[in-house]
Amino acid sequence: MVIDLTQMQPGESGIIKEISGGCGLVRKLQSMGIRQGKKITKVSSHFWRGPQTIDVDNLQVAIGFGMAKRILIQVER
Amino acid sequence: MKADKILLMGNPNVGKSAIFSRLTGAKVMISNYPGTTVEFTQGRMRLGDENVLIVDVPGTYTLEPTCKAEDVACRMLQEGGLVINIVDATNLERNLHLTLQLIERGIPVVVALNMWDDTKHRGIHIDVKKIEEYLGVPVITTCGLTGEGIKELIDRLPEAKAINLPASSDSQKWEKIGTIVEGVQKLTHRHHTFLEILEDLSIKPFTGLPIALGVIYCAFWAIRFIGENLIGHIFEPLFTKLWLPLLIKLSVVLGEGSFLQHILIGNIIEGKINFGQSFGVLTTGLYVPIAMVLPYIFSFYLILGLLEDLGYLPRLAVLADNFMHHLGLHGYAIIPFILGLGCNVPGALAIRVLEERREKFIAATLMAIAIPCMAQIAMIVGLVGQRGGKYVAIVFGTLFFLLIIKGLILNKVLKGASPEILVEIPPYRIPQATAVIKKLWMRLSGFLKEALPFVLLGVFFVNILYMLKIIDFLAYIFAPILIKLWGLPQEAIGALIVGFLRKDLAVGMLGPLNLTTKQLVIGSTILAVYFPCIATYIVLIRELGIKDMLKSALIMVFIAISIGAILNLIL
Repeated sequence: MVIDLTQMQPGESGIIKEISGGCGLVRKLQSMGIRQGKKITKVSSHFWRGPQTIDVDNLQVAIGFGMAKRILIQVER
Repeated sequence: MKADKILLMGNPNVGKSAIFSRLTGAKVMISNYPGTTVEFTQGRMRLGDENVLIVDVPGTYTLEPTCKAEDVACRMLQEGGLVINIVDATNLERNLHLTLQLIERGIPVVVALNMWDDTKHRGIHIDVKKIEEYLGVPVITTCGLTGEGIKELIDRLPEAKAINLPASSDSQKWEKIGTIVEGVQKLTHRHHTFLEILEDLSIKPFTGLPIALGVIYCAFWAIRFIGENLIGHIFEPLFTKLWLPLLIKLSVVLGEGSFLQHILIGNIIEGKINFGQSFGVLTTGLYVPIAMVLPYIFSFYLILGLLEDLGYLPRLAVLADNFMHHLGLHGYAIIPFILGLGCNVPGALAIRVLEERREKFIAATLMAIAIPCMAQIAMIVGLVGQRGGKYVAIVFGTLFFLLIIKGLILNKVLKGASPEILVEIPPYRIPQATAVIKKLWMRLSGFLKEALPFVLLGVFFVNILYMLKIIDFLAYIFAPILIKLWGLPQEAIGALIVGFLRKDLAVGMLGPLNLTTKQLVIGSTILAVYFPCIATYIVLIRELGIKDMLKSALIMVFIAISIGAILNLIL
């Protein structure tokens, strides 16, 4: 099933299906290695709509809540 | 290929500055978080018989700029030259995107696979020969921190050549990178190391927040412990046991009441030289920066350096993100604030890591008003602390309160929303003693070279201004505000004037005024709030533009006047 990044559970992994945002956002995320088809693992999610941290490749990235909402993930549940 | 200019380019936090300092021998700031370098640093190195210019370019993910730091990097590239593309070997895929962009632009490139030592304990095996074949440019493995591979890098610079590759779209590039990574990199499974477990714990909210509070508490405790002991056991005895006898002799030689005695030694208080209150160039002028401020500068930068090199700051930024959003900023703005606690000048420079005009304005205004620099903090602790810890807490509590209130208001009043955080979190690295000491020394010598002359000059001018009665005149003019509104003696104007020059000295000038505790608290708070020192002011004008800075300055004056009046009423 497809959910957005904020809905993932910490520890859960999935494949990025789509990034629905302006071209600026997509490009910025892409250049940090966050793009369609990549496998990511959610690390943590901070309180009160705080940033979401994910593992992608060997890297940890913190992504603001609003941005994370626009990253759609295919997960197995 | 010969080049008269070499650019060091790469993603943020891949170690460009470490390589730069290895190549040029120049001293530059190196830390474990993205955005340490926001300005170009230039240096020179010998290559064969030529003297080449080397530029440490701020980190960028792409040649299509998305923020100011990246924009600078791209413009630099148009001026030509050879590029050493520094690549984080533990993150090949993402780093190679920039590499391909550089190569496709027809720029002569040499790739340095940096952090090579890290690949080993991360279970990453990379076939360097194969990458060279894929990319068509020289690839050298390096480790900037230890200097491994630097010689080979220099030796192979002449091999750099521009190759003509057709420009490809982003998705074609990613596809190509996919093939390369598949072909050259093998990952072996390994267990989580202790540091990685710690990484996880410090980024998860339930464990991360308590850890953050613990780290902050320990940091401040350590800064105070080290600072106090340095003063009590080394600097204070040095001044009273060694320096004072010399000064007493000098004072006699100069002659009671002479001009030189007045400038160099200052006022003799109850027949004695008083380092805090005499206010001569050789007494208070040296005592304030060296015996009161330097020990705290030392302990602050020692602890900050350790946290920076460990890689803790970005984690703190993520944890603080939520809170900072209420102030119209995102979490990463905590980095300029933390640097500002050391000295507002590097803090003001670091504001460049923020993307938008609105956030820069908010961050600059908040920092100038509510983040006192370590020199000022040391003086407040030293001076107000004599009257009791409670009063020190009132001063800093007021500043923190102002930070929150002002942030909340600016966030409401200014149009627009705070942008969201998007930042990579580097792995923890054990800080290396030599690197930490080198950085500490750079910062300390920076303080001694830049602050010490300012303080000495400040004391000199203040004495001249007193002699010419200019301070008396200004005191008379500003007496209504000082006396009626703030409840301070009109002589406090001297401190306010000096505050433009050096905040530490300004706080020191409150000492000889025989203030009541309440007056001392009000005076210190106003000095912290009313205006940044001239050095910070100049940087802020450059970063914000004159118009925004004027607005910001108006806010500062308004806040200073009101908070002084409010404290005068409620204390």
